Amino acid sequence: MITLYHALALSAALFAISIAGLIINRKNLIVLLMAIELMLLAVNMNFVAFSHFNNDLNGQVFVFFILTVAAAESAIGLAILVLLFRNRRTINVGEFDSLKG
Amino acid sequence: MSSFELILFYLFSSVALISAMAVVTVKNPVHAALSLVLTFFNIACIWILMHAEFLGVALILVYVGAVMVLFLFVVMMLDIDVVPLREGFARFLPVAAGVAAVMLLEMLLLLGKSAKVASAYALEDHGANSNIVLLGQLLFDRYMLPFEVAALILTVAIIAAVALTLRHRVGVRTQDPGKQVLVRKQDRIRLIKMAAVKPETEQ
Repeated sequence: MITLYHALALSAALFAISIAGLIINRKNLIVLLMAIELMLLAVNMNFVAFSHFNNDLNGQVFVFFILTVAAAESAIGLAILVLLFRNRRTINVGEFDSLKG
Repeated sequence: MSSFELILFYLFSSVALISAMAVVTVKNPVHAALSLVLTFFNIACIWILMHAEFLGVALILVYVGAVMVLFLFVVMMLDIDVVPLREGFARFLPVAAGVAAVMLLEMLLLLGKSAKVASAYALEDHGANSNIVLLGQLLFDRYMLPFEVAALILTVAIIAAVALTLRHRVGVRTQDPGKQVLVRKQDRIRLIKMAAVKPETEQ
């Protein structure tokens, strides 16, 4: 019998893996964006799990909206990535230091 | 029946976790994108197992079919030199593993306490209505405004993505409707009153 704990543990593990991915791949912009998508997936898993185990459909509606906003965000993020590559010929985050921040 | 569901859940979640780890560790970004596709697919299967069929299919259609295809386009278009990007990998791996393990442990401890009171699910009988019908009723009834706002967000995303990456090529002749509309009559034509020239009648 799948319990809520199983699903939440899966979501927590996905989130932890994406955090580790963010720390390991601090230079590679594409993998950073993919790790952010993994984080959103973990949150969606959480919502669907609670929606299922509380018999409440509102959680699934929220996942619907998270999906929408995440798709929009990744589209714009990739557009920015393409622009950065066009101007700097690299996606190494360590080399975007012209603002000296 | 429910133990078969449990076996399926363990299968899907183990493949999802392994491919999630592959996303953040492989060298080739194309392999990372494809591993992410596998992760999404397995999570979609778990959602279908949890009777969220619309979301499972929507995840595959939207995320795998659109977002990951976009990722693959970008990865394949850009000529990336992957060697300098792996620079901090071995150095940060123990730190990352430690941080991730601590976070996971904290979350699992928290879940472990509250999971004692969580009961196994009892699926409510919604009658003949399927998941899609119920979701549709909710979306167009209570969540009408957020639905429209989500549509606006997508429109803004389209405009932003195009406006960011648009390139004007030099030397191409096109029409500019903005400038066409600003043209004034006195810039283009000048009407002169001339007396009519009568032809010389032959004597």
